[in-house]
Amino acid sequence: MALISRGFRGRKQSAEVAGRLPPGQYETRDFPVLSAGPTPRTALTAWDFTLRGADGRTARWTWDEFTALPRQTTTKDIHCVTKWSKFDTVWEGISVDTLLSEAAAKGVVAAPYVLARCDGGYTTNVPLADVTGGKAWVAFMYNGAPLPPEHGGPARLLVPHLYFWKSAKWVRELRLLESDEPGFWESLGYHNYGDPWREQRYAGDE
Amino acid sequence: MSPVGIGQKISWRVATVIDVVPETQRTRTLVLDVPDWPGHSAGQHVDVRLTSEDGYQAERSYSIASPPEDARLSLTVEQLKDGEVSPYLSEELRAGDTIELRGPIGGYFVWDIPVGGPLFLVAGGSGIVPLMAMLRHRNAALAKSGDARHMIPARLLYSSRRWDEVIYRDELARLAASDPTLEVVHTLTRDRPEGWTGFTRRIDREMLEEVAWPPSEQPRVFVCGPTPLVESAANALVEIGHQPALVKTERFGPTGGSV
Repeated sequence: MALISRGFRGRKQSAEVAGRLPPGQYETRDFPVLSAGPTPRTALTAWDFTLRGADGRTARWTWDEFTALPRQTTTKDIHCVTKWSKFDTVWEGISVDTLLSEAAAKGVVAAPYVLARCDGGYTTNVPLADVTGGKAWVAFMYNGAPLPPEHGGPARLLVPHLYFWKSAKWVRELRLLESDEPGFWESLGYHNYGDPWREQRYAGDE
Repeated sequence: MSPVGIGQKISWRVATVIDVVPETQRTRTLVLDVPDWPGHSAGQHVDVRLTSEDGYQAERSYSIASPPEDARLSLTVEQLKDGEVSPYLSEELRAGDTIELRGPIGGYFVWDIPVGGPLFLVAGGSGIVPLMAMLRHRNAALAKSGDARHMIPARLLYSSRRWDEVIYRDELARLAASDPTLEVVHTLTRDRPEGWTGFTRRIDREMLEEVAWPPSEQPRVFVCGPTPLVESAANALVEIGHQPALVKTERFGPTGGSV
């Protein structure tokens, strides 16, 4: 049983807001910035994106090739492990499904786990099943404008059904793996999977 | 060395407020007794959970202000305008009350003596809190060894709007006065007391070049404050030549915050 905090009332929320907020989250209208180090800056001429199979085969796109792939626009609620949630964020990018099927044509075979690798050295891991079936994108537009560097531009992974640290900023590569490999925060005490609706914030949360 | 708490389940605990210490007009320190606290590293934080009588719950994260050496856990809380949890913690809560918390959390923005130095800290406003835990931890080690020459040199560059908004102002002055290997440099961005001779502008590249060790010394850098301050300070440090991997950042607050 939870401990009642004497005199605490909290903010009254509409049923609609309450229903969209995972446990322990609050709604913000801002877009807070969280990252563990300085914001990397990569020129678009030097930027490329790689999808690497477990056997080392790769598919690679330059910025122009990447942004010429069929785009999707998606509107999602996002949930940060630091407790804020933001509703109806609008993103534009390439579905990971599209990347996988383009890569399959180049001989890149699917594998059950994915490690996203980023400029600045950040990594995060997700099961393949969580980035396929219309659940994940590599996004380069936010609210109709190029994604700002502090929010992960030129491009970030977008996996909105998991805590937002899984939506890796400055992503440059998705590496397919036969066995799971914990990423940056997953090695530093955060949950390996990170489902906000089950409040899987930290290692050991069920 | 792995920070405390990594790999263990982080369970909710009931903490009792032992004391409430005013720091500035908008900040107070909650001194807590936490049974079976597993210990922590300087720089880590806790999650606090409040529950209203009708069962509504709110959670927020707060940096730990106390060093691992203290028997009690201290959190310094700034009252945010329109905040939901911070006004309760900074106004309503009093000695004898209990709150739920869990931690320690965070394994990256941490500094322990074995990490080494020199240690360069950059704070904006209440971003000083986790950095203060590092300075207190460092000082506790100094008190133990009793020899300043064996100390890891440290510098703090601390941006506040006004002199009376400088959190831990007297303690920082005391620490710097008693320790030749610690330098504390303030910049005041809005108002200055009469006769102020220190910096009077937001932290910029020139100020960082003046105050920080050069990149060749490979200082361990920790930057904590509102997002715009952290963004500009971290970017400037990288431009100066500091390795991005040695510049650790913690950002908080809304996107438009300023100190």
